[in-house]
This record gives sequence, C-alpha cells and structure tokens, in this order.
Amino acid sequence: MATTAVDDRRSGPPGPLPDAPPGPRRRRPGSRLKRRNTLIGWSFILPNFIGFALLTLIPVVTLFYLSLTEWNVFGGAEWVGLDNFTRLVGDPSYRTALWNTIYYSAVHIPATLVASLCLALLLNRKLRGVAFFRTVAFFPYITSIVAIAVVWNMLFSPEYGPINQFLSFLGVENPPGWTTSADSSMPAVIIVGVWREMGYYMLLLLAGLQTVPPELYEAARVDGAGAWSRFWNVTLPCLRPTMFFVTVILTINSLKVFDLILVMTDGGPGQSTLVLSQFIYAKGFEENQFGYASAVAVTLFFLCITVTIVQFLWNRRRDA
Amino acid sequence: MAAVSPPAAGASATPLRPAQVRARWRRQASRVAGYTALAVAAAGILLPFVWMVISSLKENNQVFTVPLQWIPDPFVWQNYVDIWAKSDMTTWIKNTLVLSVSVTFLQVLTGSFAAYGFSKMRFPGRDALFLLYVATIAVPWQAYMIPQFVMLSNVGLSNTLWSILALQTFSAFGVFLMKQYYESIPESLSEAARIDGMSEYGIWRRIILPLSTPAIASLTLLTFVNTWNDYLGPLIYLRSPDLWTLQLGLQTFVGQYNAEHALIMAGSVISVLPIAVIFLFGQKFFVQGIATAGVKG
Repeated sequence: MATTAVDDRRSGPPGPLPDAPPGPRRRRPGSRLKRRNTLIGWSFILPNFIGFALLTLIPVVTLFYLSLTEWNVFGGAEWVGLDNFTRLVGDPSYRTALWNTIYYSAVHIPATLVASLCLALLLNRKLRGVAFFRTVAFFPYITSIVAIAVVWNMLFSPEYGPINQFLSFLGVENPPGWTTSADSSMPAVIIVGVWREMGYYMLLLLAGLQTVPPELYEAARVDGAGAWSRFWNVTLPCLRPTMFFVTVILTINSLKVFDLILVMTDGGPGQSTLVLSQFIYAKGFEENQFGYASAVAVTLFFLCITVTIVQFLWNRRRDA
Repeated sequence: MAAVSPPAAGASATPLRPAQVRARWRRQASRVAGYTALAVAAAGILLPFVWMVISSLKENNQVFTVPLQWIPDPFVWQNYVDIWAKSDMTTWIKNTLVLSVSVTFLQVLTGSFAAYGFSKMRFPGRDALFLLYVATIAVPWQAYMIPQFVMLSNVGLSNTLWSILALQTFSAFGVFLMKQYYESIPESLSEAARIDGMSEYGIWRRIILPLSTPAIASLTLLTFVNTWNDYLGPLIYLRSPDLWTLQLGLQTFVGQYNAEHALIMAGSVISVLPIAVIFLFGQKFFVQGIATAGVKG
C-alpha cells in the first residue's frame, strides 16, 4: 500500500540518491539500485527462510518421495511405486482412522463455531467484567495439553468422577463410560476439544465483531428490526470475512487433531478414537514403517489442502 | 446506559409511558441474562482448573469421593514436596526453560527481520515467497513430521535439544504476525530515515523495532507459551530422560504413577502455573497478537 514511494525511487528518481554509492560508477543508478535493493531484501529474509526451507519446504517435498518407497530406519529407501497407496485402500485401520477424523471434524467444527460465536456476542455487549471473562475463556487454550488431558480424564472417570456424579444427581440412569468406553470416547474428546479451543476462536470473532459499524445497528433499530433480525441481517453479513478465516483454521486444526487424543485416549479404547495423525505417528514412529506412514501423511496433506481450496472457492463465489 | 437505574427511580419529571417502561424492563432483563450467562460460562470453563488445584491438595484417597468434597481436609501441601522427590522435575523444568527462552529469542529475531524484508522492501519474487509462507499454514505439521524426522536424524540432531530448537524457531506464524503489524507503521517514517541516509538495517533496528514493541511482546509471549507446552516435538525427538521437557516428563510420570491422583494433579499445577502467571500479566499482548494475526487473514 505505502510502498509506492519506494517504487518511485527505484524507477529512476531525479534527485541525488541517499544510499547510492558515490563515485564514477554511477552511470546506471536505476538497475544498480534495484539489484542492491534485492540483495538487501533477501538478506532480511534469508535467516528465517533458510530454516523455513530446510525444516518445512524440503520435508513437504520429500514426503511425496518417501510415500513411494519402502523405508525403514536401517535399510534405506526402496522404490515401490504406488504399493503403499494400494495397501492403504485395503487397510481397515486406515479406514477407521479416516472415518474417525471426519467424525471428529464434523462435530467439532460446528460445535466450536457456535460456542465461540455465542461467547463473542456475549462479550461484545457493554457488560462489566467482560475483560476478566475474556481472560478466563482464553486460558484453556494456552494451558498444556498434558495437564488438560490428565484433569479431564479424572473428571470423566466413570464411577467416581465429578461429571458422572453430577449426571446421576440429575437422575441419569446409566451415565456414559466416557474415555473408557468405545461408544462415548469420541464425544468425550470432542467436549474437551471444544472447551479448549473456543476461547481462541472467540478472540478472533470478537475482533471481527468490533469492526461492525455501530451505525448499521442504529439504522436497523430505527427500521424496527428486532435483536434476532439484527443478528441475521447486520452481524452475520459483516462478520463473514472473519467467519471464513475462522472456519478455515478450525477445519485444518480439526483434521490434524492429534496431541489431545494421543494424551487423552491414545486412540482407544480399541480404535474408537484413532485419527489420521495418530495413525501416521503409530506407523512411523512405533512401527518404523516410514514409507507407509508417509503415504498416509500424503492423504492427510491432500485432505487439508482440498478442503481449504474448496472453502476459498466457495467464499469467492459468495463474494461475487 | 441510563437503563442501569430501575425505571421506578427514574429522575425525569415527566411520567414514563407504558411502552417506555416496558422497553426499560426488557433491557434490564437482558442485562441480567447477560451476566448470568457470563457467570455460568466462566464457571464451566474454570471448573477443571479449580478441581485440579483442589485435588492436588488432598490425600490421594480423597480425590474421588461420593459425594464430592470441595474443600480438602486436611490440606496436604506435602504433595508439592513429594513430587520433586519422586520425579525429575528439576531437570524437566531446566530443559523446558532453556528451550523456551532460546526458541523465543531466535523466533522474534529472525521473524521480525524477515518481516521487514516482506513489508518494507520491494524486490522481485517477494510476494511469491510470502505466499509460500502463508500456504504452509494450511499444511499440518503432522503431514511432514516423518520426512522432517528422517532429515534431522540423518544430520545427527535427533535426541538433542537442538532438534526442538530447529523445529520451533522458524515458524511462518512469527513472520506473518510481525508483517501484519509492520504494515500498520506509516511508510513515511522509513522514507524520512532513508533520506537522512540511514541504511535499511538501521531503519529496522532504530525505527521499526522500537515502534513494534506491542507486536514483539505478543510474539514473545505466544512463542514462549507454545514451546513450553509443546508435547509432540519432544515426544518424537527426545529419547533420553535427561533431555525431557516438563510436558514429556509429566506424561511419563502419569504413566508410572497412575494411581497417585493427588501427586499427578500437583505436577499438573506446577506445569500450568508459570503459564498462568505469564498470561495474567501479559494477557493484553496475547489478545492483541491473536487479533492482529487473525483479522486480516
């Protein structure tokens, strides 16, 4: 935006240049300066970029190669073409992991979105204590996964845990076994996921809500719009860019869910909470099948990229 | 906000019409509902933490009782002494601290440096490069952790603290956050400095860096907390117990002493406490950092 000033300077400025070297070799200040500028620009980016390229870009590219090989730590890579992928198709554990990932996302995304939007709307009102509440709501997001998992596992404890005590107090006959039963382990993990992350998305949505011009609410009120109608016709349309961003981040985070499940249930009981990331971890680091694990990782990669692209296209279509 | 006072106490001399009275009552009711919702939500969010602290101060066999015991009797402060004896807490905290501090320092340094290149300099390829950074935000680490592990093992970095340093330092997030903030600093400032003959490095150090203290504070706190809490990196890379971080150590402790509920809770409190303190003092910067990185998307 404000970079036009630099542009002018680059395309042959008339006056003496502040940082052009003096002396006889000043014939083509434009192109020399351009090169100099490029060099300086790169020098700023390089320290970070080297690390970024080595530790992120190269691994991402290598991933595709690894997925086409049979590789264990000691043997080295052996080219097997698409074998890993054909094996994937017939692997029931993989299908379970894929299904569980979709299950987790399909419940976790809307639940978190609704919870964080409600919190954000609540905080956007002029009530006292709002700042304190913002602190409280964000706190779970910055506490360590291990501590959170340990506490919740105890809260969920089937016989004497506070949650089930509360449920039987309410008159529930057979309270669920939560993390100890295959039927309710996924809901338990999702509850903790929503509890942990809603504060973060609440902050993003709150920042978006504060950009909604107050005049719009006034105008709607003058036109006789009720609270519900103001929400649908003013708040939501103005919030759409933020909502879009939140949904994209939330989706990626749900598809890659890992550490919470790893620490809370370790994929169990049975395979009831086994998700893709964990399947990659188990195949790679526990069974040393790096090639096969990479093939699974490639599918996770494409899942995330595809969903993100689809969301972008959908958003653009609605913008048009 | 005059609606705070109840309508009966309205100081206005003219009598209120019934419609106005009703509107005031409705607003009052909605405020009460708002406060109730706030209180309920806050209680729900905080309950696990409250339970964690309470349980850490109980005798082990009092943690699970029917009915629930909300106030420990007696207070067992001994748990906080025992945990140090039964676990290697000192080593874990030392490792975690070393990692968190050095990662944060390097991340802020390289991140803000790169952000200057991306936002205040103009050169061919800059935007394509930045797009590359942004695009990787959509690629989960879980997808490339295996090739990354293979690479770092090949150069002999696995099972050293260096691996975690390498892993955490060069995140795209830091560059992104700093760049967003730099773009809000008017270009005229650096332009004036250029005319005064200051080099680009000088502008970064003397002008932009001092002006971006809030963003630096945000990035510092977020990176520190992130590294402190990281579990997966240490889990994959750090095998020898003398390299373990607090999170990894705590999780192993939970596995070993899984019946010592009160002790485990004491350990959890210790692992969360530094973060809670940092957060309470710097929460403004957390909120700003999240909002800056998020709003423009």
